[in-house]
Amino acid sequence: MLTLRDIPVGKSGTVLKIHGSGALRRRIMDMGITKGTSIYVRKVAPLGDPVEVTVRGYELSIRKQEAEILEMKEN
Amino acid sequence: MAVKIALAGNPNCGKTTLFNDLTGSTQYVGNWPGVTVEKKEGRLKGHHDVIIEDLPGIYSLSPYSMEEVVSRNYLVNEKPDVILNIIDGTNIERNLYLTTQLIEIGLPMVIAINMMDLVVKNGDVINITKLSQELGCRIIEISALKGQSTMEAAQLCLEAAKEGRQVEPPHVFTGSVEHAIAHIEESIQDKVDPLNLRWYAVKVFERDEKAMGPLHLDRVTKKHIDDHIKDCEKEMDDEAESIITNQRYDYIQALTARCVKKKRSMHEMTTSDKIDRIVTNRILALPIFALIMWAVYFFSVTTLGSYLTDWTNDVLFGTWITNGATAGLTALGASDAVISLLVDGIIGGVGTVLGFVPQMILLFFCLSILEDSGYMVRVAFIMDRIFRRFGLSGKSFIPMLVGTGCGVPAIMASRTIENEKDRRMTIMLSTFLPCGAKMEIVAMMTMVLFPGSMFVAPAMYFVGLGIVVFSGIALKKTKYFSGDPAPFVMELPAYHLPTIKGILTHVWERAKAFIIKAGTIIFAMCIVMWFLMHFGPSGFLADDIDRSFLRYIGEVFAWLFKPLGLGFWQGAVASISAEVAKEQATATLGMLAHATSDSNAAVAAAINTMFGGSKLVGMSFLLFNIFDAPCMVAIATAFREQGTRKWGWITMGYQMMIGYCLAMCTYQIGMLVSEGVFNGATAAAIVLVILAIYFIFRPNPYSEKRMARKASMARA
Repeated sequence: MLTLRDIPVGKSGTVLKIHGSGALRRRIMDMGITKGTSIYVRKVAPLGDPVEVTVRGYELSIRKQEAEILEMKEN
Repeated sequence: MAVKIALAGNPNCGKTTLFNDLTGSTQYVGNWPGVTVEKKEGRLKGHHDVIIEDLPGIYSLSPYSMEEVVSRNYLVNEKPDVILNIIDGTNIERNLYLTTQLIEIGLPMVIAINMMDLVVKNGDVINITKLSQELGCRIIEISALKGQSTMEAAQLCLEAAKEGRQVEPPHVFTGSVEHAIAHIEESIQDKVDPLNLRWYAVKVFERDEKAMGPLHLDRVTKKHIDDHIKDCEKEMDDEAESIITNQRYDYIQALTARCVKKKRSMHEMTTSDKIDRIVTNRILALPIFALIMWAVYFFSVTTLGSYLTDWTNDVLFGTWITNGATAGLTALGASDAVISLLVDGIIGGVGTVLGFVPQMILLFFCLSILEDSGYMVRVAFIMDRIFRRFGLSGKSFIPMLVGTGCGVPAIMASRTIENEKDRRMTIMLSTFLPCGAKMEIVAMMTMVLFPGSMFVAPAMYFVGLGIVVFSGIALKKTKYFSGDPAPFVMELPAYHLPTIKGILTHVWERAKAFIIKAGTIIFAMCIVMWFLMHFGPSGFLADDIDRSFLRYIGEVFAWLFKPLGLGFWQGAVASISAEVAKEQATATLGMLAHATSDSNAAVAAAINTMFGGSKLVGMSFLLFNIFDAPCMVAIATAFREQGTRKWGWITMGYQMMIGYCLAMCTYQIGMLVSEGVFNGATAAAIVLVILAIYFIFRPNPYSEKRMARKASMARA
């Protein structure tokens, strides 16, 4: 399964499915990451985690571990 | 009749700026009942009967965060007359997500699209008329920063409040979802205020237990509704909560496609992007970060800050006011006791506390710039990796750094951490890093124990850091702090130039809270301490601490300090006075040891004699006073920031325990190694060390896996 974690910096992908449950899943969706949303991976923090992504025209930081619940398709 | 306007919007949408602009200086800051979420209220400028309630900045009305629960409870239960929803025009899609939820509550609503100056600059066009028709609310374009159209927005709110809600809400949901929600509306309509019908219906569909509580649905209705929801879930192959979120965003996407024309393509670089490319660059980020932190620290803690604090303490309170008051009181013929109370007790005590104010103002000035410009979230972004390991988040970095200067602003800086668990833990731990005042104890004890050594001070920082790491790991395995780490899904807002007005408001708000505390609780405690120090069974004593009540209190509590090797009244008294102000401990020790002169060497020699020449006793005293609870000002601040008494006591208790155990283990095990002394206390110390190791390595009893296994075993 390809997740957001696997999308390299500078590339973008589309959300196929959101796994997980509860607060984390809801939070991710509340921030605008829903099925079919395109996510662009902008950069990785200097210490290797978290990553910065662009979604719906704004910048979002997400930990790699949290990014794993997002099943993706590379664009 | 008074009108209540509730201000709602996403974080970073300019809500605070608008609130400040509308209310001016009539703000009242408190907490929402029962929780430590800040509650701000003010009156509309020029309208004494219009109250503006500033809700916390939120992205949604989900049941998962305290800010969101507080906001929705307020809107649904208290029913303000009108909601003013602020939207960041440069980020309209995500901002409208909250709007679709606010509309469902059923209250009259006005939308203010903020940052219009930036929208125009970007070349984007928003069709307000169309958007207003579709959403069924009045919409106005404003710029809160420049004060454009803000009063007009408030005026619109007053009109909307007068009219009440008339328009049909927009059709956000489609197909079987709308069908199911309509069904739910039918089944619950006699249970709720017709105004809130849609809101409750959607919440029931989402299976939001917290919101459904007041409905008291019976089993049959529940079952009936649940069948509808399950059908829907089956059809959409998703769970109800996600179906709702998905449809909301689908609706918004279609809506913005009709009403908003963006000029710039998605991946074009803005100025903010260009700044960010350098500031959080893989190679440059850490050096730039270190430089900024050093600059903040250098400016507000060491150079200008300590100069101002020294000046306030030594010159303003120490000389001018003290001398003035003494002279004035003497002229009035006041007795020695009265002069001593007013000058030494109150002016001296409160003065020491107020001495922190200039330093704090400078520090908050710097921090506000970082916060308002958008750099603070980048700090969290950069440092998260390290802090997550100890169960904290990147946002805990600033309080820890500030803590090396002074614990009071450190605890107050933890306000920016939204997650309650993270914030509570940060408040508990940020004062373990030795502050400036504790360094005076370190300096004095270095002279007593290891004259000329350069390593004691750095060693104390490392021990402090070790305690933070240990506590993070150990506390994370307790019932309260365990559980999934708070999601770190955080918006990185665009950089913008902070305004002087915004920063000054910030600084004033924080300083005011502190000054009020100094004026009340600390004032009272100063009088008590003064009395205990200057009175004894024989009445008023000028400077004879040996015969004071404090001495007898020291005698009473000395047994408590026995396991630390400090089982004599002077040790207890010095530790108690260190709680008033950490730097006070050295002065008290000097006084207790009856040093022959004021020179540092003489004081050190006298202290050494008092400690019986034992380095272990000295070490124990040092460790206890550096790593136990901070001074009473910081303790009072922690009580305030923790929000509840219970958490105030937990914080103080934990800190006392750590300081005590550390000193005890050092002393007892040291005695065992150097002198071969073994007794009950030694055994206890060894047990404590084993326990500490156990707390680090034990598997988390509250981890989800173990909980699940336990539950399955119970079932079997």
